[in-house]
Amino acid sequence: MASEIYECLSKIAGIISENKDFLTELDREIGDSDHGINLARGFSAVMEKVNPEDADIGATLKKSGMTLLSKVGGASGPLYGTAYMEAGKVLAGKTELDAEGLKSAFEAAIAGIQKRGKAVKGEKTMLDAIIPAYETYSQKLSDGADMITALEAACNSAREGVEYTKTIIATKGRASYLGERSIGHQDPGATSSTLMLEAVLDVLKGK
Amino acid sequence: MKKLINQVDNIVNEMLDGMTAAFPQYVKRLEGFEVLVRAAGPSEKVALVSGGGSGHEPSHGGFVGRGMLDGAVAGAVFTSPTPDQVFEAIKAVNGGKGVLLVIKNYTGDVMNFEMAADMAADEGIEVEQVIVADDVAVENSTWTTGRRGIAGTVFVHKIAGAAAEAGLKLAEVKRVAEKVIANVRSMGMAVNPCTVPAAGKKSFELADDEVEIGIGIHGEPGTHREKISSVNDISDKLLAKILAEGIYAAGDEVAVMVNGMGGTPLMELCVANKHVKDVLDGKGIKIAKTLVGNYMTSLDMEGFSITLLKLDDELKKFLAAPADTPAFVQF
Repeated sequence: MASEIYECLSKIAGIISENKDFLTELDREIGDSDHGINLARGFSAVMEKVNPEDADIGATLKKSGMTLLSKVGGASGPLYGTAYMEAGKVLAGKTELDAEGLKSAFEAAIAGIQKRGKAVKGEKTMLDAIIPAYETYSQKLSDGADMITALEAACNSAREGVEYTKTIIATKGRASYLGERSIGHQDPGATSSTLMLEAVLDVLKGK
Repeated sequence: MKKLINQVDNIVNEMLDGMTAAFPQYVKRLEGFEVLVRAAGPSEKVALVSGGGSGHEPSHGGFVGRGMLDGAVAGAVFTSPTPDQVFEAIKAVNGGKGVLLVIKNYTGDVMNFEMAADMAADEGIEVEQVIVADDVAVENSTWTTGRRGIAGTVFVHKIAGAAAEAGLKLAEVKRVAEKVIANVRSMGMAVNPCTVPAAGKKSFELADDEVEIGIGIHGEPGTHREKISSVNDISDKLLAKILAEGIYAAGDEVAVMVNGMGGTPLMELCVANKHVKDVLDGKGIKIAKTLVGNYMTSLDMEGFSITLLKLDDELKKFLAAPADTPAFVQF
């Protein structure tokens, strides 16, 4: 049987590949028409690097992050690469994802993205999906919810975050050149990160 | 989509091999990497590395050679190259005097090149960087990523390249490059958008009678679109934004670049250049050097950009220095 982390990555790679054209089309509207293409290339390289037997979540995430860094390019390569590597650092040695582990991975990933991209919430970036998702997840856990319930709510918040990106002007990344013309379009990075969270939820629910 | 390609995924790879085959006296490919370096190998001077997404040919590989770049890193089409590729380029060109990275101001380019610079610094290679942000179409404010780097980057390659060739130290080459950046401004427009091969369709839609003003070089839409007018009118608009920067005044000497976006006939670029000269003459701004042609393109986009660079004696000297590269030769 494949390890949990392998299943998560495999699910993410599948969802990204299914949505490759959709993500690229979103990027064509306000960016440079390559988000889906670059991520699909990156995750297919990840799937060549990881094995079903890879059980150490941290080490596998780190390997995935390095691969994304060297295969994706653009801005999403360093951002996702850093996010996966940072999440990998806090999950080093773990073979099963638990509620607190996921929370600290979330935190580490967000901190990595912010450090690399120098962005904050509200700038029409992936953070507009990831930060609300993290906040909801963390709130639900303190309210006593289990990991899956909390992650389900987090995915809802991520989707709301994607909707929210339609209403704001981009101030980071290539869409920022469009000024007000970026309003009405959802952010490709917020969309792809929501897809990744949904993939993880799918795997955890299926256990 | 109609393109002269084989496999979409293999375009950059085949292009680099094709360039190496065409210009073996100038460039060679770093085995296993999307990197072109000087055929002669590193020399004992400051080395210049630039690069970015592909699709801007002849930038940047076309400017690898004596008097300009030492290495050029080619990412996927319109996608910044990755840190490991840039790092390999830095290692390959380093001749012991340090390496200057010439980066165009895009979120991805800056992140990837900076990560590569960190990796090089860890190995004890002296690395400095400059970021070109010459596009006046984008307002430079806290509300944007900052101005984009476009055609003016070629002047940085030329002038900083000559400074390095003249034996200046890394800090001095960087100072010269920054002086170019402070004095160079550009703005572009498109008559027709480009088609990214992997996306398969036009990067934005324009009606038959519309043009896009303030475009970047990655097929991203511009700041606004309007009805097409004469090339003189359009040039006036681009020049007005550039001149509004307050850098260029009567009595100044400038270098001019009328840059094609890839699909524009040279005839039309020359027509635009005639008007640029007339306007600058009328303002008493002296043109010391003019470049007309495809320098920083955007695949098959039809359109052009205008670049002005204010010169002082030092910049003039380095601009006039010899250069011998696939896409720029000057004796």
